[in-house]
Formats: sequence, structure tokens, C-alpha cells
Amino acid sequence: MATPAAAAFSLAPSHKRRGEAVVKGALALCALVSVATTVGIVAALFLPAFEFFQTVNFVDYITGTEWAPLFLQKSFGVVPLIVGTLSVTFWACLVAIPLGLGSAIYLSEYARPRVRKTLKPAIELLAGIPTVVYGYFALTFVTPHLRDIGIQVSVFNALSAGLVMGVMIIPTVASLSEDAMTAVPRDLRDGAYALGSSKLQVSTRIVVPAAVSGIVAAFVLGISRAIGETMIALLAAGQQPNLAFDPRQAVETMSAFIAATGAGDVPTGSIEYKTIFAVGATLFVMTLVVNAVAIRLVRKYREAYE
Amino acid sequence: MSSDTPEVRLEGGRRSSTWAGRGFYVLLLLCLAAGFLTLGTLVVDVFRKGLQYVDGVLLMNPPSSDPAIAGARPAILATLYLGVLLIAFTVPIGVGTAIYLEEYADKNRWYNRLLELNIQNLAAVPSIVYGILGLAFLVRGLGLGRVLLAGALILTLLVLPTVIIAAREAIRAVPGSIREAAYALGATQWQVVSRQVLPAALPGIATGSILALSRAIGETAPLILIGALTYISFNPTLLGPFTALPVQIYNWTKLPNAEFKGLAAAAIIILLAMILILNAGAIWLRNRYEKKW
Repeated sequence: MATPAAAAFSLAPSHKRRGEAVVKGALALCALVSVATTVGIVAALFLPAFEFFQTVNFVDYITGTEWAPLFLQKSFGVVPLIVGTLSVTFWACLVAIPLGLGSAIYLSEYARPRVRKTLKPAIELLAGIPTVVYGYFALTFVTPHLRDIGIQVSVFNALSAGLVMGVMIIPTVASLSEDAMTAVPRDLRDGAYALGSSKLQVSTRIVVPAAVSGIVAAFVLGISRAIGETMIALLAAGQQPNLAFDPRQAVETMSAFIAATGAGDVPTGSIEYKTIFAVGATLFVMTLVVNAVAIRLVRKYREAYE
Repeated sequence: MSSDTPEVRLEGGRRSSTWAGRGFYVLLLLCLAAGFLTLGTLVVDVFRKGLQYVDGVLLMNPPSSDPAIAGARPAILATLYLGVLLIAFTVPIGVGTAIYLEEYADKNRWYNRLLELNIQNLAAVPSIVYGILGLAFLVRGLGLGRVLLAGALILTLLVLPTVIIAAREAIRAVPGSIREAAYALGATQWQVVSRQVLPAALPGIATGSILALSRAIGETAPLILIGALTYISFNPTLLGPFTALPVQIYNWTKLPNAEFKGLAAAAIIILLAMILILNAGAIWLRNRYEKKW
């Protein structure tokens, strides 16, 4: 019923506000920076990597067991770098997963609210220590003390790098697992207690299974952190691309190779220079796959209780 | 945890009535303690080895091949410059993106959902990959060279997702009723955002930005890759070569000489002190200005 009188009280804007549109445009431009970053990363990694694979056969690269790109007799088999990365990651997980999960169960099920409020940020401190400091600690403290207790490690070794890296990713595992556990509805716990369960039973048989997808997502994100971590591996694990599963030996991780080679003065456009990008692309794809798995798992568990 | 029946605790008497339960409780405490014990050991070890080297020489001298006169002045200055540049670059872009996503973007549009997913993914990209980006585009591609500005730009891109996520949370915490009240009084969307939402979200944004900064100034790998690993004896400039405190620590740690390891520990003390100050500042801000709606 649009009577002429009602039209006079129209709430529609009386004139177009150009300033508002400009502001919105400027804000969208800010948002574009992160899109540009992604595009830049993909271009920076994959264009040179593509050139690299015109010289080096991709199958030889991904299955080759000797990595010697800077030697006269060049060899581009990336397997030693991948094994080195996974070896360090394995030891990191062996530390971070049990300790992180244990801390999360304590915080979520046992700690009083006030204790939890203090302890949660305190755990985050572990993630606030710069990685170069952890690297220093692994090299100058952990390695000598491993020798003291009778583990014959070499100066650079995967074990001490992995152990220290594990401590670094405890907060990632703990805080995400704890989020998943606190999202488990109270009713489930009360139901179990009503049937006479103990606290131990409720924690391990009700809460952890109910939160399992979130917990696994936390593990996976921790793994992805470990795969990409550079400084600890560079300082403590060494720069020798050994195809070694023995954690007492020196290994070179993908990230350590990238940092060591990029810091040197390899000429732009040379095949040595392009290896940085080929290995970088490999690392990027690995972490991307791992992260995609984690994000999918988190989504799945979110749907469960909302 | 629902708050409607807080006093009804059904687990009551059986808390640690069995040995298994008690053992499990102790095990959990040990898990928690292990992390803190490592952190404590690290700090004590660094102070034991490095405190004797924290002096005027370390703060005022340039690096040198003689450990007795080697200092970290250029590195410390560069890290301070990087911090200032980072805040100047990151906060406007990060807050702008957060405002766009929270206040303007239509969540049903595919490109806005993609933008969110993109930021989530960027937050998980390893820092060394940002270094590669800097090496390819800024240092060699644009020909900017191995300069302080390139380092600041790369660290900006690195911490941007963290700042965006923190700013979004702060903006989201501002209740909708405030926005609606402002609209009802005839404010335009930008007036609502700039005069109501942003001031209310400011403490949260500031806290998040400072925490992001404290992460960024410890970053080493991307800076090594764009060439901060050089011997610098003069004060850094915006468009000149540079080294940063974490890179200096890496450099000294690598040297076999025990005295340089001591210098590395001393530089770590300085870096940890900077990070501690930033974190304390962030916590103070949060406690001082945090609002409960």
C-alpha cells in the first residue's frame, strides 16, 4: 500500500554514498594481499620447479636415493631429504603426541577452571620460544647429554633435533586436543558417571573417543609443523643428506637444505638455484596435503556436536 | 562445560579411589611437567652459559672474528627496525582484511569463503616457504636485493594471517546490538565500523598484533634465505644489507669456538628479554582493557 504519505518516510538512502563504496573497496584490497601471497607462493615455487624438471627427470628426482646437487658429479634424488625430514618428524611426534595429549586430558578433565586458566597460556610459552633458540639448545645441551647417558650420537643427529622439536609442538597438540575435548557435551560424562565410571574411565573411554577426530586433527597439524620446521633441523640435525633411518646419525631435512643453499651464493637461474624451488615445492605439497587432512578432520568433528 | 549445574559433581567420591586412577593422574601431571621442565632447563642453561657475556660490548660493538670484542649492535638495531616496520605494515592490512571479512563480506559468496580458507592455509605454510617467496620475488625478481625492507616485507606476509585471525576474533566479540543501535541512529556502515566496532575491538586487536610481533622477531629461516646471513659491521638502513638478532644467534651457534657459543647464549638472553617484554605488554593490555559484554 504505497500511499504518497508513506513514501515520504522511505528508509532507503536519499543519495548514493561514494565514500562508503571507496572504503569497502580499500578493505577488499587489503584482503587481496593474502590472495596475492598465495598466488605468489605458488608461482615462486612451481615456475622454477617446472624448469627444474625439464632438466631433471621427475621420476629420478622422486625415487633417487642420492642427493648431491652441489657436487661436480651431480645427483638429484630427493629420497634422502624426505627420509631425513620424516625421521626428525617421527621423533618429534613421539615426544609431542603423548605429552600433548596427556596435558590436554589433564587440562580438560582434571584441572579446576582457575588452574586451567593459568596453565593454558603457560603451555603456549613453549611455542613462543624462537626456533633458533631451540636449535641452540638441541645442539649445545641435548646432544652432549644424550652422550652422557650412553646414547652414542654424532655431533649432528636426527634424535636430538626431533626430541626438541617435539617439545616445541606440544602446545599445538595440547591446545587443539583440549578444544576438542571441552567440546564434548557434559551429558556424556554425567551419563558415564551415573553408571558408576571412574574419572579414568570417563577420560579414556568417553571423552577421548568422542573427541577423537579433533584430537587426530591436532596430531596432524603438529606433524605438519614438524615437517616444515627449519632452524632446529638446520642447527642440530646437520646438513648431510644421508639415507639414514638411524636417529644417531646426521641427516639433512628438506627445510635445512633450502635454508643452507638459499643462504649461499648460488647463481640465479643455475640448476643448483632451481633445486631450492623443487625441494620447496615438494615440502609445500607435503604440508598442504597434511593440512588439508587436518582441516577436513576439524570440520567433521565440529559438525558432531553443534 | 555447562554452567547451569555446577555444584552437581557426579564423579565425587571415586576420584582417585583406585590405583589405576591415581597412576593415571600422576602420569598426566608428568606429561604437563615435562614441557615446563624442558623450558626451565633451556632458560637456566642459556643464562648459565650466556649471562657473563651480556655487557656493553655485546650491546654496543659490531660482530667480529675476535670473540672478546664481538657484539651484536647491528643485529639488535635491525631487529628493532624490523619490529617497527612490521607493525606499520601488518596492522593496517591485517585489520583491513579482518573488517572486510567480518563486517562487509557476504559469507555466501564463494570468493569470500575461498578467502577464509586461503588465510587458514597460509597460517600453516612453513616459514621457510615465505623465505623462498622473498628470495624469488623481492630479492632476485624485483631486484630489491638482500635488504632490510625485503626482510620486513616477507615477515609481514608471514605474520599477516595471525594478525587477521586475532583481529577477526576481536571484531566478532563486539556485540551486534551495538552495531544495530548505531544504525538505528542513522550511522552509515563505515561510521558504525570506525566509531563503534573498531574502538571496542582495539584492545583485542592490539594484544593479537603484539603477540604476532613477538613471534615474528624470533623468525630466522626466512631471513637467512633472503640473505641476512652476512657480516655487517655498520648500523642497518632501510635499503641496505642487514642481519637480525636471531640470525646472529644462528651464526654464532654454528661456530665451533666455545666463546662464540657463549655469545650466542648472551644474544638469546637479549632476544628472550625482548619477547618477554612484548608478551608482558600484551597480557597487561588484555587485563587492563578487556571488556566483558
